[in-house]
Amino acid sequence: MIEHLPILQVLVPLLGAPLCIIVRNPRMVGLFALSISTITFLVSCSLLQQVLQNGTIVYELGGWAAPWGIEYRIDYLNSYLLLLVSAMSAIVLVASQSSISRELPRNRHMLFYTAYLLCLTGLLGILCTGDAFNVFVFLEISSLSSYTLIALGNDRRALTAAYQYLIMGTIGATFIIIGVGLMYMMTGTLNMYDLAQRLPEVHNSKTVLSAIGFFIVGVCLKLALFPLHLWLPNAYAFAPSIATAFLAATSTKVAVYVLIRFIFSVVGPVFVDTVLPLQEIFVVLGVSGIFATSISAIYQLNIKRLFAYSSVAQIGYMILALAIGTPLGLTATLIHLFNHALIKAALFLAIGGVVYRVGSAQLSHFAGLGRQMPWTMAAIVAGGLSLIGVPLTVGFVSKWYLVLALLEKGWWPLTILVLISSLLALIYVWRIVEWVYFSSPRIVLDEVKDPPLSQLVPIYILVIANFYFGIDTSLTVGISKKAAEMLFGGVF
Amino acid sequence: MNILGLYNYWIVVVLMMIGFYVVIAHENLIKKLVGLSIFQTSVFFFYISMGKISGATAPILDDKYQLYSNPLPHVLILTAIVVGIATTAMGLALVVRIQEAYGSIEEHEIQAQDTQDQMESQLEAYGFRKKHLLSIKNLDE
Repeated sequence: MIEHLPILQVLVPLLGAPLCIIVRNPRMVGLFALSISTITFLVSCSLLQQVLQNGTIVYELGGWAAPWGIEYRIDYLNSYLLLLVSAMSAIVLVASQSSISRELPRNRHMLFYTAYLLCLTGLLGILCTGDAFNVFVFLEISSLSSYTLIALGNDRRALTAAYQYLIMGTIGATFIIIGVGLMYMMTGTLNMYDLAQRLPEVHNSKTVLSAIGFFIVGVCLKLALFPLHLWLPNAYAFAPSIATAFLAATSTKVAVYVLIRFIFSVVGPVFVDTVLPLQEIFVVLGVSGIFATSISAIYQLNIKRLFAYSSVAQIGYMILALAIGTPLGLTATLIHLFNHALIKAALFLAIGGVVYRVGSAQLSHFAGLGRQMPWTMAAIVAGGLSLIGVPLTVGFVSKWYLVLALLEKGWWPLTILVLISSLLALIYVWRIVEWVYFSSPRIVLDEVKDPPLSQLVPIYILVIANFYFGIDTSLTVGISKKAAEMLFGGVF
Repeated sequence: MNILGLYNYWIVVVLMMIGFYVVIAHENLIKKLVGLSIFQTSVFFFYISMGKISGATAPILDDKYQLYSNPLPHVLILTAIVVGIATTAMGLALVVRIQEAYGSIEEHEIQAQDTQDQMESQLEAYGFRKKHLLSIKNLDE
């Protein structure tokens, strides 16, 4: 049993998804999905523990040895992200039942959970697998189910958002298979570990260069790097709140993982640095993305859209840290991956609580809610502080390591730009605070109060995690450092 | 370089660009999906022609054959075809719902309706501010 954990990680939610349709009953299906998600969380905990004890786990699917069969490789990097994704999924599901009972008709609940578990399967599969084509397959499983999740939103704009995401996501995924195909053409293997060994022999060919180009552009579409982010704001704004919380906390993070895995484990950082001007491209796109999208966030009237733009800005920070190209920079990226997931899950769940009571995420409808929904609003403020990077929050830890990495590299001007950009975050968070606490309530109804405990508890678990991991950084920083060292050491 | 001998790759490139152009340039949501399908199909062709070795057979061990071609790319493309069908089906289903919700599948008409929604919600936000001011006045009176 214990040696089959890597495949169970993916198999449990995959089998759970169709069972949701059999369960049917709206109440039961929520509990069922939650228990499936909890099992995957426990599996990921035990995987992480094993990796910390014994190092990389290699699992051969169906007993076929590596270059022929598909192989799952769990190391520091992906066990850390497996833990993150499965934990976020379980926490978000706790809040799901009451939240979607307001946002979706009863007969769609089971379909929602089916799509949700399939999306989880895809994300966990991308993280587990050590096979380049398998990444594409799981990417499409998670993408197709997230289009469904988004299209389930109440507003009709959810449909166009899902359509737009479908078009851009499919172009991205197709670029990824073109890249994988070109690499296969040159090396005759799809196994990432094999690719890493055979690619250096053919590094000079134009085929490999174009393969890397296609792959990176495809992944950047998926992770919503600045000029390719156009699908994201509407998708997050109009999806059901639970879907937004889940996708914001996990899906772009997993795409960032694919990029890191590809750069460090498959082609190797040396090659990327010397042959491609990737560092310059990422610095320019990262910084311009941070500024452009933070400024857009300031002008948003829909609070979900506001935080969606802020998500794109946070991805800019991750890519900037990645571009530094030192172990410390990579550590900063990995820490921010984790921390940003905590922040955004807390914020979007809290907004989900407001949508549950008020029925809208328009900023103007938040007026005066500070008195009517004190706990929810406190959670939003706590998340906002974390986003700005106030000390004692996880946001501070992320910014601290990013600034350290930039200084170590000697990039002074960028350090100053990063600090200025935090002020932009301050502005958009302040706008919310102003509406929430300093304007008089618009809806004076008795029923506007904090959401039920089933939503408040997960929100506060995340808020407390925001502070806990801001003070005790041994888990996040410890594993991130180990993963960064491993990736720079060239050990896969 | 043998340009004619690589004709299958030229077909792939031409199809890919046709598909990509249609996705970007067309307003009609169905036409966009058609373009997307052509774009994906070009990749299928690419994988299949990559896996073919002239004069080689399927990997069946027999004394008569010396040269085998690897069937793996073809198998991969079976998977990719399934994914492509799922994507197209999903896209078409969305277009049906969009047609029901907006009464149109032309991108600019949908955008015009969305902009109007946006304007209305903006007006609502500012209208609220006016009401807010009014209510304070009322209190003063």
